[in-house]
Amino acid sequence: MSTIISGSAAAVVVRPVEGRSRFVWSLLDAWVVCRRNLIQTWRVPELLVFSTIQPVMFVLLFVYVFGGAINVGPGVDYVDFLMPGIFIQTAIFGSMVTGVGLAEDRQRGLIDRFRSLPMSRGALLAGRTLSDLFRNVFVVAIMLLVGIAVGFRFGDTTVPAVLVGFALMLLFSYAFAWVSAVIGLSVRNAEAAQSAGFIWVFPLTFASSAFVPVSTMPGWLQAFAEHQPITVTIDATRALFLGGPVASALLQSLAWCVGMLVVFVPWCIRAYRRSTGG
Amino acid sequence: MSDKPAVLAHDLHKRFGTSVALAGLDLSVATGTVHAVLGPNGAGKTTAVKILTTLLRADSGHAEVLGLDVSRRAGELRSRIGLTGQYAAVDERLTGQENLEMFGRLYRLSVVSARARAETLLERFDLTDAARRQAGTYSGGMRRRLDLAASLILAPPMLFLDEPTTGLDPRSRIQMWEVIEELVRDGTTVLLTTQYLEEADQLARRISVIDGGRVIAEGTADDLKSQVGGDRLDIVIARGGDVDAARGVLARFASGEVSVDADRRRLSAPMNRGAGVLPDMVRGVDEVGVTLEDIALHRPTLDDVFLALTGHHARDEGTATSPHESTTTEELVTT
Repeated sequence: MSTIISGSAAAVVVRPVEGRSRFVWSLLDAWVVCRRNLIQTWRVPELLVFSTIQPVMFVLLFVYVFGGAINVGPGVDYVDFLMPGIFIQTAIFGSMVTGVGLAEDRQRGLIDRFRSLPMSRGALLAGRTLSDLFRNVFVVAIMLLVGIAVGFRFGDTTVPAVLVGFALMLLFSYAFAWVSAVIGLSVRNAEAAQSAGFIWVFPLTFASSAFVPVSTMPGWLQAFAEHQPITVTIDATRALFLGGPVASALLQSLAWCVGMLVVFVPWCIRAYRRSTGG
Repeated sequence: MSDKPAVLAHDLHKRFGTSVALAGLDLSVATGTVHAVLGPNGAGKTTAVKILTTLLRADSGHAEVLGLDVSRRAGELRSRIGLTGQYAAVDERLTGQENLEMFGRLYRLSVVSARARAETLLERFDLTDAARRQAGTYSGGMRRRLDLAASLILAPPMLFLDEPTTGLDPRSRIQMWEVIEELVRDGTTVLLTTQYLEEADQLARRISVIDGGRVIAEGTADDLKSQVGGDRLDIVIARGGDVDAARGVLARFASGEVSVDADRRRLSAPMNRGAGVLPDMVRGVDEVGVTLEDIALHRPTLDDVFLALTGHHARDEGTATSPHESTTTEELVTT
C-alpha cells in the first residue's frame, strides 16, 4: 500500500516495507518495543538503583546479621550458600517489573494505541519481557560483584557449569516475567500490579531454600518448600556454582520453566488481545 | 473515493458484565466528511470507537470500516485507520521524535522513512522545537498534537478521534479544530466523539446524538436544531410603545403563538422562515409607530437539542432532569 500526502511543503510518500515474513516482522516489532523500554530504563535510572539496593540489603542482612546463626552444614560458608538464592530472588523480583510496566501502559492508553497498529500481536509482550531480561542481566551482574565483595566464591565447579547456572536463572526469571505480565494485564492499575506481584512472590521466595536449608523447616512446610520451583532452581544453581549433584534439581527446574512458559505465554497473549485501557 | 460509506455499523450491541454499553447502535459515515458522535459520559461513545477500531468485539451486530469487516479483516484495517484515544497515548519518557519514530517502525516503515515521516509530522504540528524533549514535559495541547501525529503516520484515509479536545484549553482546542479541518480538506474521513455541542456544531457535517448506547437523533446541526422548533425571535419595544400593535405585526411573521411580557415590553415568537423576514418585520413595526429597543433572532444551540432529546444536558454537571423535559424526550423518541 502506498499513500501520497499532500502536505504543507512537499508531497511525501509513506510506504511500509513489504515482503518480510510474519516471523521476521514479529522479531523486529519486539525489538522496537524492547528498545523503547530500555530507553525508559536508561532515563529513569532511579528505578534500576532501587531494584539493586534492595538485594544488596538482603545480602548484608543475611551475611552479617542472620548468617552467624544459620547452620548450612559442615564445610559450607553461609555466604556461598546464600548468594545463589540472592541471585534468583533478585532476578524474580526484577521480573515483577514486567507486570507493572504493562499495567502502566494500559492505564495510559498505550496498549490501545499499540493494539490499533498493524504490529504483530505478541510483540509488545515479547519486547517487554526481553527488555526486562536485559535489565535482570545487569542487576544480577551487580549482585555477583557485591557477592564477591562479601566473600562469595565459586566452589568445585567449571566455567561451563557456572554459565549454565546463570543461563538457568535468567530462563527462570523470564518464565516468571510472563506470570507477572498476566497479572499486570489483569489488574486495574500499576499500583495493584505491584502489590499483586509481590503478594505471592515474597512468601514463595522465603519458603524456599534461598536463605536456610529446607530441612530446618517444619514438616508440612518442607513438603511444599522442597518441590516448589524456586527451591529446585536455587538448588540446581547452587550445585552448578559450588559443586555437587545437579541433575535432578536441574531437570525439575527446567520442567517448571517450560511448564510456566507453556501455560502463561498463550494466556498472556489472550489477555493482551482482550485488554483495553480506560 | 466511492459513494460507499466509510463507516457502516448496524445494530451493535455490547455489554460489560451487567452494564449495557451499546444497545443497538447504527452509524453511517459518508466518505470524506466529519461525523460527530455526540453524547454525555457513559453514552457508549468510546465503546463504539473501540469496536470500530478493532480494539473490542461487539457482542452482536455488524460493522464495516472502509468496506472491511472490523472483526474478520481487523489486520488489514489497522494499517488503514488512525486512532487518537481519550488519553494522549504517547510514551512520556521518549522524546517527541522518538515516539513518532517508534510508531512509524511499528507501522512498518523503514528506519529512514520513519525518521523522515516523524520530522515532517513534527513540523506540521508545530512541535519541531520540542522534538528532542521527553513527551512527559509537554503541555496538554502539545501531547494531543503528538498523539494525533502518531495516528497520521501512514496518512490513513479514516481517522477516529475519541474526544480529541477534552481537557484542552480554549486556544489548544481551536488549534485542534484547525488541524481536523485541514485533514478533512485533504480528503480524510473523520469520526469524532465529543461531549461538546459547540465542537460538533463547528466541525461536523452530520451528527449522531447518542444516549444509553443507541442513536436517538441523527442529522446535520441544522436538522437537529429545527427538531426543537427552529429559531426564536425576541424583540423589546421602547417605553410607551403600543404592545398590542407590535404583537399584531409579529403575528404576521411568526410560525406560532406570540408571547408577551408587558412589564418588560418583551415579545417573543417562534420563527421558521430564517433571518430574511427581519427587514419586513422591522418596517412593519415602524409603520404602526412602535420603536424597537432590541431585536434578536436566537438559533437554538445543540444544548437545547440535547435537552429536548434526552431530558438532560450533554454534560451532566449536576443538572437535574425535570419531569417536563422527560416527557419531551418520550415524545421525540417515539415519533
